[in-house]
Amino acid sequence: MGRFMAGRVLQAVLVLWAVSTIVFVIVRLSGDPVALMVPQGTPADVIAQMRHTLGLDLPLQVQYLRFLAGLARGDLGTSYVQDAPALPLVLQRLPYTIELTVAAFGLALAVGLPLGVAAGTRRGGAFDRLALPLILIGQAMPSFWTGLLLILIVSVRWHLLPSSGSGTPQTLVLPSITLAWLSLATIARMSRSAVLEEARRDYVRTAHAKGVPPRRVVVAHVLRNAAIPILTIAALDVANLLGGAVITETIFAWPGMGRLAVEAIQARDYTVVQAVVIVGTAIFVLTTLVTDVLYGLLDPRIALAGAPS
Amino acid sequence: MPAASAARGAFPPGGAPARRRRRGLPLAGNAGIGILVIVALAALAAPNVAPRNPLAQTLADRLMSPGTRGTHGEVFWLGTDGLGRDALSRLIYGARASLAVASLAVACSGVLGLFLGLTAGYYRGWVGAVLMRFVDIVLSIPFLLIAIAVVAALGPGLEHTVLVLGLTRWPRYARVAFAQTLAGRSREFVEAARALGGTDVRVMLRHVLPEVLPSIVVVGTLEIGLMIVYEAALSFLGLGVQPPTPSWGNMLADGRAYLATGWWLATFPGLAIMVTVLGANLLGDAVRDRLDPRVR
Repeated sequence: MGRFMAGRVLQAVLVLWAVSTIVFVIVRLSGDPVALMVPQGTPADVIAQMRHTLGLDLPLQVQYLRFLAGLARGDLGTSYVQDAPALPLVLQRLPYTIELTVAAFGLALAVGLPLGVAAGTRRGGAFDRLALPLILIGQAMPSFWTGLLLILIVSVRWHLLPSSGSGTPQTLVLPSITLAWLSLATIARMSRSAVLEEARRDYVRTAHAKGVPPRRVVVAHVLRNAAIPILTIAALDVANLLGGAVITETIFAWPGMGRLAVEAIQARDYTVVQAVVIVGTAIFVLTTLVTDVLYGLLDPRIALAGAPS
Repeated sequence: MPAASAARGAFPPGGAPARRRRRGLPLAGNAGIGILVIVALAALAAPNVAPRNPLAQTLADRLMSPGTRGTHGEVFWLGTDGLGRDALSRLIYGARASLAVASLAVACSGVLGLFLGLTAGYYRGWVGAVLMRFVDIVLSIPFLLIAIAVVAALGPGLEHTVLVLGLTRWPRYARVAFAQTLAGRSREFVEAARALGGTDVRVMLRHVLPEVLPSIVVVGTLEIGLMIVYEAALSFLGLGVQPPTPSWGNMLADGRAYLATGWWLATFPGLAIMVTVLGANLLGDAVRDRLDPRVR
């Protein structure tokens, strides 16, 4: 168990390091930030002075080491546009993204899981035959379209809910449905197959044979064992949710991290883009780490076998 | 996950395995092929199929609703956008960007992943260990964030979209190729080919590759739909195909500005994406059930 955890933590650190390095390279590829900051016709010595202040005249490997050292201290550089440290700018927006992601994840789990389990326990029944096409269609709908349709119908046509803004519970409804959509379909589909997979095991037949009520077989036997694959998919989906948040936040003008990233790209404020990517990766890596450790506790077989596949 | 295949059509309701092994694909798979073929034909023959030039603006015909006649008596089946361009023609031309990016991205990431997975699985040892660790790392990077950063830095455009998708999506192929190569490598005919003095490259390409290829095809078909969605997402954010060239993603971004005045502008491009992705997913599921039920 200890070795398993240590391996997981090491991998998490490696991922963070790899992503930071990729972002460092990308930002350097994007050209000279000073050229973007100063008005045209600025004297060369002023530009040289600025480059010196920002440490851009140092050799690349020195810049990289300074970048890593900054990273270790929680210093992700300075926003070129807003002239403020990048990390606090991102952290300011983080609660909004977390609020949205948690709401969407909760919704996807609360609707997708029962849907999938209900379809799986009565395979081939009317509900299953209805649910499967719905799941397939749901999986094919891109979130940015779902969001626009929701605005079109709920906000523009029916005037029921606001199409943008934040702060009141009403503003959270449409963005979280939009973000939850794809995960909901995925979770429903995975729970259905996980339940089907477990339902044909011997222990389920034994439970039925000794007269356990069907509902109890599903809840106490099947679901308990189906929980692990479902959890895996759900946890992996956090990455999709974080990515999807960028789009959802743009559609609904939600003041989160994703919208900050899009704004920063438009303003060519690459340090902020860099900070968003690193913070986003950190959240994702942390979620995966927590899930992995939870598995190790839930199911000792995984810790013994090494990495879950 | 074997259950996924059992769940979908391979077994009739009731649980007994089908005795007769079906040839070809099930109905859903054929429907998927049908959808993709229609979209591909529309994309290839766009200049012949599209009723009008997708870039031609007629300001007098701005925001015409679907089915109405323009000032010159022509019918706009899907209406016009805010610049008076024919939405149907733009939709047909938009299929080009989606399919081009999706097929190129799948090809690039598939070849890269296949090569790395095959190498890692064939040589095993530290080469395999290092490569597969690397796969684990790349797999746990939130992909859309990186894609956004890369495209933002390199500048938007179709080539960069393909580059980003190709460079970030290969680990799934690599993982499958690795597992299949490990299995294929220990087969007797591979042993025999090696014993007969076949070079590594020859054994890999002539004997191991055919064992690995079906699974790679499965992963590739399953990825097509995703690539279409990602291309549209990047274009929607203004990072993919650039206006005025139409793509479903940037048409949706346009449509966002006209939600109150032109519902059709945000409806039909999304519908096109949904139907195409549905087609790709149906095909992917069917191909998986047929060729390789082991791949998730």
